[in-house]
Amino acid sequence: MNYLQHRISSGIIAIVAIWVCWISFTQKPAEAFLFPRVIAVFFLILALWTFAKAVLGRSRVGNGLSRTAAKNMAPGVAVAGIYIFWAAKALGFYCSSTIAFFILLSLYDPAPSSELKTWIKRSLITAGFIAIMYALFAGVLKVYTPRGMFI
Amino acid sequence: MEFIYYFGEVFTPISMLLLIGGTVGGLILGATPGLSPTMAVALLIPFTFHLSAVHGLILLGAAYTSTVAGGAVSAILLKIPGAPANIATTLDGHAMALKGEGAKALQLSFISSLFGGVFGVFLLIFLTPVLAEWALAFGPSHLFWLAILGVTVIGSLESNSVVKGLLSGCIGMWLATIGFDDMLGVKRFVFHSSLGGGVNIIPALIGLFAIPQVITMFASGRFDQDFERIKVKKHPIGDAFREVFKRTRALSIGTITGSIIGLIPGVGGQIAGLVAYDQSKKFSSEKAKFGTGHSEGVIAAEAANNAMVGPSLVPLLTLSIPGSPTAAVLLGGLLIHGIFPGVDLFENHPDVAWPFINSMLIGQILMCIFGIYIASFAARVAQVPKSVMAATVLGLALFGSYAVQQSMGDVYVMAVLGTMMFFLERFGFSAAPLVLGLILGPIAESNFVQGSMIADAQNGPMTYFFTGTLNIVLIAVVVVSIGYSAWSELSSRKVEQ
Repeated sequence: MNYLQHRISSGIIAIVAIWVCWISFTQKPAEAFLFPRVIAVFFLILALWTFAKAVLGRSRVGNGLSRTAAKNMAPGVAVAGIYIFWAAKALGFYCSSTIAFFILLSLYDPAPSSELKTWIKRSLITAGFIAIMYALFAGVLKVYTPRGMFI
Repeated sequence: MEFIYYFGEVFTPISMLLLIGGTVGGLILGATPGLSPTMAVALLIPFTFHLSAVHGLILLGAAYTSTVAGGAVSAILLKIPGAPANIATTLDGHAMALKGEGAKALQLSFISSLFGGVFGVFLLIFLTPVLAEWALAFGPSHLFWLAILGVTVIGSLESNSVVKGLLSGCIGMWLATIGFDDMLGVKRFVFHSSLGGGVNIIPALIGLFAIPQVITMFASGRFDQDFERIKVKKHPIGDAFREVFKRTRALSIGTITGSIIGLIPGVGGQIAGLVAYDQSKKFSSEKAKFGTGHSEGVIAAEAANNAMVGPSLVPLLTLSIPGSPTAAVLLGGLLIHGIFPGVDLFENHPDVAWPFINSMLIGQILMCIFGIYIASFAARVAQVPKSVMAATVLGLALFGSYAVQQSMGDVYVMAVLGTMMFFLERFGFSAAPLVLGLILGPIAESNFVQGSMIADAQNGPMTYFFTGTLNIVLIAVVVVSIGYSAWSELSSRKVEQ
């Protein structure tokens, strides 16, 4: 149980709850914020309760994030973030998906990267995935995806 | 017997195609460790957007039924439950597989799933219209309390911590208020242009269920999953049927336990299998054999987790209270097609409601047939490396959430909510109450506003919302569900100490 992490996470939730409460009770017209006010009060009470428990070291559920897990997920989350927030629109959905899929596969595939066979396998899996996505979304569902620099 | 008139719709070519596709796909997804039925159904919702309401629901219903049953494949052959509902199946199922009876265990699991599932769907058929008629008596105050009940029941029973469960529900309800107010058109909590239209349910569902799984797979790192390779010897199907009929006690206990648990909102299939397994062991004359590869263990657990599926939809289709997290996602699927549960569903949309329920009945039969034949193939699919799974789910999440409104804003909302949920899960919060808050929030708000207007014209809000038998009963159920969960949490803490 990582108490510091519990304190930080419940502190962030408490700050959000205070902000929601403040907005709900200060914005006009009041009629539009009638229901958000009810929710905000309960949100704040429960968030402060959780924060108090965390500060007193009495949080009992959730193990937080270990250093190893954080280290493992960092490259994947970074690739996913760039893919979703930049590449998908800038390069086009299919092009960025191909690159992101291949990078993620290479990052987390336990097969030895020194062998040519591994790279051929990864390339084939990526090509198969993108072909299915193209057939499904462009062919069947006719979804017009952002084109960007490529497709 | 109205449901019989609508069987024709299930047998149209497109319905059958979707039913078979949903069943086979669901079996494979269910057999894949890490892909829960809830996440599988959430990922399928964008595809239903392009279908009519009835076809979309047929696909989702088939996927729901078969993912629960498909989880038995990896539970038996790999000792990894495909879904939490299959935990009890691993106890005897894997032991049977180790003894060379893998095929027999799979056949028993699909046959007992068929019996349990069909019984559960019949309960759904006969109970739903009765309860839906009863729901006619509900006014805005009752519907408001029902929405609150849905969130508190799931929030308190689905989570390990009552306070965190309820807090998740509050966060979901707050997220539902983002965007323009329906009555006055006022902007609320719109702190980014992507949120102008509010939080769309489908990208939110995809983000909340799929993205935490993807990041969890990343967090487990670069390792080779060491699957036990078990050879599946052939086993005559007739012998499996005979074995199931010989073990009627286990089958009945599993079916009845699963059906009752399914009817209780928020309890879900996880415990149905375990409770049925435990009860079957208590009533068995061969108690010592349980855990060593006894067929009764597999039969009871699998009959229970599929018997739960139909009844879990009874409170959903009548009162908008989902019986399980997957049912909560199905509620999202109904709402995006403009269909509201309750009497509206059966009076104004019988052509949607009954073919959907009937398709679940046919889906149970297809699930058994395909399950038996593709079991060994599905086991191979279950061994798909996590790296491929994570990258595939991420790609599907991006395309699926974009496809709903062709908006990058939805994609950003999906990614932000998903990442937030990953961290929240690490600190004991769960996605189900948050999703329910998001789905039931607008229903609660519209009835709260309507109720407040009526209350202003009558005796005031206290009288309108807090008096009357039905209001008091609903408030009492809310209080009891929270109180019971808090008491269970405290007593389990005492036992730990």
